[in-house]
Amino acid sequence: MRALLACLAVIVSMAAARAQDGDAPESFQIGLSTNRVAISSDFSGADLTIFGALDNADQLLARQGRYDIIVVLEGPARPIVVRKKTRVLGVWINTQSQSFTSVPVSYSVATTRPLQDVTQPQIYRQLALGSENIFLRAVEEEGQRDPEKVAEFTAALREQKREAGLYNERVGGVQFLSPSLFRATVSLAPNVPVGTHRARAFLFRNGTFVKETSAQLTIVKAGLEQRIYRTAQENGLLFGIFAVFLAVVTGWLGRMIFKRD
Amino acid sequence: MGIYLPIAELSVNMLVLLGMGWAVGFLSGMFGVGGGFLITPLLIFYNIPPAIAVATGANQVVASSVSGVLAHLKKGTLDFKLGTVLLLGGIFGSTIGVFVFAFLRELGQLDLVVSLLYVGLLGTVGGLMLAESIRALRRAKGGHVASLRKPGQHNWIHRLPLKMRFRTSKLFVSVIPVLGLGAAIGFLASIMGVGGGFIMVPALIYLLKVPTNVVVGTSLFQIIFVAAYTTIVHAATNQAVDIVLAFLLMIGGVAGAQYGARAGQKLRGEQLRALLALLVLMVAGRLAVDLFVPPASPYSLAIAGGM
Repeated sequence: MRALLACLAVIVSMAAARAQDGDAPESFQIGLSTNRVAISSDFSGADLTIFGALDNADQLLARQGRYDIIVVLEGPARPIVVRKKTRVLGVWINTQSQSFTSVPVSYSVATTRPLQDVTQPQIYRQLALGSENIFLRAVEEEGQRDPEKVAEFTAALREQKREAGLYNERVGGVQFLSPSLFRATVSLAPNVPVGTHRARAFLFRNGTFVKETSAQLTIVKAGLEQRIYRTAQENGLLFGIFAVFLAVVTGWLGRMIFKRD
Repeated sequence: MGIYLPIAELSVNMLVLLGMGWAVGFLSGMFGVGGGFLITPLLIFYNIPPAIAVATGANQVVASSVSGVLAHLKKGTLDFKLGTVLLLGGIFGSTIGVFVFAFLRELGQLDLVVSLLYVGLLGTVGGLMLAESIRALRRAKGGHVASLRKPGQHNWIHRLPLKMRFRTSKLFVSVIPVLGLGAAIGFLASIMGVGGGFIMVPALIYLLKVPTNVVVGTSLFQIIFVAAYTTIVHAATNQAVDIVLAFLLMIGGVAGAQYGARAGQKLRGEQLRALLALLVLMVAGRLAVDLFVPPASPYSLAIAGGM
């Protein structure tokens, strides 16, 4: 089942009076009707819809489709170790590793057009926008800096995240519903991490970055799943005893029900 | 039908897990092994993180062993005394194993050690059992009665001190190898997420010369406690038991075990041993492929300082 987590927009129209002014800056907002998304037992990935408003836009440019929006949903950051296997005596063994201090666990992008059509690569780099450009800080081992190794492991990290579906990109995921209203759909992977996610929206006019806005979203496990997880973390011993008890009862009941001799 | 696993933090297909549990339960009921040596690799192939697969596998083994022991209890093919001595050794080995497990995970070599242990042990045990059972099958064909228990035949194990009498097993043997065997199996159980039945069964048959019909029940009896203990310690130290995953496997497992036990009764001892040996060798072969064939990507990710 694909749950649609629709987050309705709370759109605050800006004062219309200023709209006549030719070079007044565009105002740009995104809104989430809920700042909590619960993952329940039937969760198998979902689409998250974010609505947003672009006010005070240049009407001519808007009609020509010269405004571009990129929306990013960035997961909580965690320290990550990347390990590399090499062949030792014919067996593949983890021999090298590189730690990174804070890596967003997930990074979902939705755009109006393909990234390369929106603006230049160096702008993305300046904004640290896109899975290729997120800044990943490597932990430097004392006394030895090895830029080549760091570059290799950084690339591998991005690649692994993309393969796991945690770093994804959806071209055309942002659509204008009217000249001032847009909707962004980002993908939540089945293994989306729980925690505080940040939705960020970037506005581009004619390929120039105009402004950024953001909102927060907390992804939590739903009632039972959350309780199970918390108990396991806080009360491991009791949890283990209960798991064994459950196994004994299940084994006994199974014998009673399915007895075949 | 998808279901979200709260500890493994991913969504999986419920029917696949039930089916997996059933198939493993069937084989475990048939051969008198807990089935942990099958379930843990299967879970790892199904993308469950190895640490969780190991701890959860131990939990599922408890259920299938309880189910199996009840069947043996009724038939009287269970040596409580032998099982208890094995168990004492098992608890000791298992405690050491859990700490080694946590240490290896920290080093990033857990997967490698688990795989190597599997390939090495399964390969050896499977190979030895296959060779023995083929000889037994040949003898049976030649008209001889196949029996592992030859009167008057003793090996070095029977010369050790501190002898103890185990009535149900018709055995008079030193407690040292019994405790040692228990400890070794407990250690492996906590590192590999297995109850150790696939090592215990051949060890009791070939090393201690316990009659085959008593071996299965006794092995399952002590596996219950070792696996239960392993589950609790893993839950307390590594928080790696996923109860939802374990429960799905258990439901499939206990149902399959009863059908398997009935299927097993239709086969002769040496046929059962040959089939178990083939199964064990297949699992070992599959795991060896992963060790020796270049991986799709040499890189892997892990959250630093934890799972």
